Amino acid sequence: MPTVSMTVNGKPTTAEAEGRTLLVEFLRGPLGLTGTHVGCDTSQCGACVVHVNGEAVKACTMFAAEAEGADVQTIEGMANADGSLGVIQQAFQDHHGLQCGFCTPGMVMSAAALLKENPKPTETEIRDYLEGNICRCTGYHNIVKAIMAASGQDVTAIAAE
Amino acid sequence: MPKDHGIGAANKRREDVRFLTGKGRYTDDININGQAYVHFLRSDVAHGKLTKVNTSAAEAAPGVLRVFTGKDFEGIGGLPCGWQVTDRHGNPMQEPAHPVLAQGKVRHVGDAIAAVVAESYAEARDAAELIELDIEELPAVIDMKAALADGAPKVHDDLTSNLCYDWGFVEENRDAVDQAIKGAHHVTTLELVNQRLVANPMEPRVAVGDYASHSDESTLYTTSQNPHVIRLLMGAFVLGIPEHKLRVVAPDVGGGFGSKIFHYAEEAFCTFAAKQLKRPVKWTSSRSEAFMTDAHGRDHVTKIELAMDAEGNFLALRTDTHANMGAYLSTFSTSVPTWLHGTLMAGNYKTPLIYVNVKAVFTNTVPVDAYRGAGRPEATFQLERVIDKAAREMGIDPVELRRKNFVTEFPYATPVAVEYDTGDYNATLDKALELADVSGFDARAAESAKNGKWRGLGMNCYIEACGIAPSALVGQLGARAGLYESATVRVNATGGLVVMTGSHSHGQGHETAFPQVIAEMIGIDESQVEIVHGDTANTPMGMGTYGSRSLAVGGSAMVRATEKIIAKAKKIAAHLMEASADDVELKDGAFSVAGTDKSVAWGDVCLAAYVPHNYPLDEIEPGLEETAFYDPANFTYPAGAYICEVEVDPDTGKVTVERFTAADDFGNVVNPMIVEGQVHGGLAQGIGQALLENCVYDENGQLVSASFMDYAMPRAADLPNFSVDHSCQTPCTHNPLGVKGCGEAGAIGSPPALVNAVVDALQRNGKDVKHIDMPLSPARVWAAMNG
Repeated sequence: MPTVSMTVNGKPTTAEAEGRTLLVEFLRGPLGLTGTHVGCDTSQCGACVVHVNGEAVKACTMFAAEAEGADVQTIEGMANADGSLGVIQQAFQDHHGLQCGFCTPGMVMSAAALLKENPKPTETEIRDYLEGNICRCTGYHNIVKAIMAASGQDVTAIAAE
Repeated sequence: MPKDHGIGAANKRREDVRFLTGKGRYTDDININGQAYVHFLRSDVAHGKLTKVNTSAAEAAPGVLRVFTGKDFEGIGGLPCGWQVTDRHGNPMQEPAHPVLAQGKVRHVGDAIAAVVAESYAEARDAAELIELDIEELPAVIDMKAALADGAPKVHDDLTSNLCYDWGFVEENRDAVDQAIKGAHHVTTLELVNQRLVANPMEPRVAVGDYASHSDESTLYTTSQNPHVIRLLMGAFVLGIPEHKLRVVAPDVGGGFGSKIFHYAEEAFCTFAAKQLKRPVKWTSSRSEAFMTDAHGRDHVTKIELAMDAEGNFLALRTDTHANMGAYLSTFSTSVPTWLHGTLMAGNYKTPLIYVNVKAVFTNTVPVDAYRGAGRPEATFQLERVIDKAAREMGIDPVELRRKNFVTEFPYATPVAVEYDTGDYNATLDKALELADVSGFDARAAESAKNGKWRGLGMNCYIEACGIAPSALVGQLGARAGLYESATVRVNATGGLVVMTGSHSHGQGHETAFPQVIAEMIGIDESQVEIVHGDTANTPMGMGTYGSRSLAVGGSAMVRATEKIIAKAKKIAAHLMEASADDVELKDGAFSVAGTDKSVAWGDVCLAAYVPHNYPLDEIEPGLEETAFYDPANFTYPAGAYICEVEVDPDTGKVTVERFTAADDFGNVVNPMIVEGQVHGGLAQGIGQALLENCVYDENGQLVSASFMDYAMPRAADLPNFSVDHSCQTPCTHNPLGVKGCGEAGAIGSPPALVNAVVDALQRNGKDVKHIDMPLSPARVWAAMNG
């Protein structure tokens, strides 16, 4: 079986992958990075969002082989160096932006990509940006609030805790 | 001052850390050495006779270990239904067999015909394509009324018809309700559809079966809300494995909303096949498979009549519902349109006479069962829609019509078998009206009009029966199981506690909220308390999480077990302090003797229990571990008032939700942050039903909304920020925490407010539209406006 090499969360990695192996299967299988989830089979749900060379990508939409040589970041690489939660992760906990946790890795990765290109998004911009991430638990209210808080904006006007 | 500790504190969730760092352990994250993979070959026709299933080419395909068909399950039990409904003539419901793999006939698109177990998913899928299949297609019955017509094709040949039951409730009131309606000043009638939905938790179902030949023990890892229930049903009714040889584990579960209560064929298959093959067997549902195999929700067609006197006092209510069961009876399917629906038809109102008729119907569709709210959203929707219509017909303000008919004295025995213990419906209504700034509506409507939009305001009240239990009552109503909950509290020698609960958390935050209760009771820090759940091997037999029951029933069991712990610890403390146990008080984590300066710390008492050198061994046993099983005296009755404001685009019919306000009475609240999150999620699902979601079959039984490309899940931009409040609190009178449950309220209470708001917007703008069936898509609203 051919092998694929990429840098994942800063670590050079090589593992076997068939030609048809999707990036998400590669991460969850041989690499054992099960934080990236699969919630659908039509690239709608966003539970598998990772960053490839700094861009948010649904890991079910590309083959592992397409990421040969790429710099890939997953939810496992989002904490601070000392293991504490990163700013976005901490905001999700502070504002109850997750319940069952299944969509959460994709949400955090999408939020990180949003804040990179738009450091102070409005509520509407956040809601529009999350078009490709489905959450069934939270009603999005607290996800939107968490992302606004992570961007350093005052969220006291957003009702509820 | 908000509390920062114990009951009432908005503690951040401890489980979030693992979910936010990718360390959650969901069932699909479990891989066992040597595991094989199963792919199910599923029917692509809705109804047909299996005339040939030839698996020989598939069995010879690369990597295939074995191909199973219905023949392998002959003589093995089918999936049981957990609730027997007795019809209005005193006869039991019709209850067809529900085989693990199809036996001779397929009855819905997605019905499993064969299962290929191979070394990889890819090989299993490839081999399944080599199975030679002949299906003699039969006419499918999809529409419920057509399914009941004379000569309709039968879903089950061995039943007399497609009617599962014809239920009347309360049957003795049938004639009196009829008379009251005939003699009333005014009767408002409404026909409506509560459409079929798909629960769609973001984690698809997964099952991993494992078998240990050295001990003859089977283990099933599964995405379940209630592992003990699965162990009981699968062990006793399907596979014949005694409990002590069967372990069921439901680890982190990515949402359930009801759809992961039920015992599914794939669970039984993986457990069975693992033993046959002596290999672990794993199945991971694709989303497309989930649409065809997860139990669906709702799917009621209803006619409701509300009779009033000239002043608008409700005199009688009659409702006539056809409820779709799908092709087989899922685990709790039969209870949803009956006992979870009929018993709620009084709503928040003192209507003296009520009659509910439900015809449950088999069709060639996926089985229908409980989905968030389960029966109560259907009851609330029809009642609150017909009241809104009645208000318009009677020329009475919809708020005043509701107030006039509110139940205001408690306890209140409804004419539909339940007794509300406590409530204050005016209080939540007042709070909702205040938060929604109803007095500012006209100005907002004028602003919308300037932008070419029609603004509408809709409201409704709701009540639900939660904390699903009590066993004695549900037993009388047809439940084949008890509905108590259990907890074992184990105190460690150094003072920390482990609570092993039969409740299961799949997003509700039990690991955070449950310790707050213990911390309050003992006066120690929450970090000293660990919650264990989800594994039959280390939790007492419990019934799991659904029906907003975890804190009300499971939390109460934990309180009872902790009370036993404290009572015993006081005896130990009394011994250590040479005092009488009656004089010992526990406060802030220390025992003291009233009126003295004697004190002993919690941790010292715990240590004494396990190192009993100085210990009253002649009176009590060493150790500090207690179990309690709690079976409540009644349901709990959360209630509230919801207000929705919408804008309708008159050119396109597109509806946008501008404001949504929810004022709920959940009784006492342990963690307000978690409670508000539960309401938000419920609102999103209720608004999703009202505006977006629809599970659609064509006339041939093809599921045309079978992916997220066709089934409109609510997305962030479809929803507003919510205004929610739970400050109106009438504590439950019969459980020790005074809690009522909050998981389903949002989904139950929100659809009628939204539909009422859209009808209001159209009426205010000269369109005499009485009703639009959900979901209120632009096409439907536009058609109603221009119809």
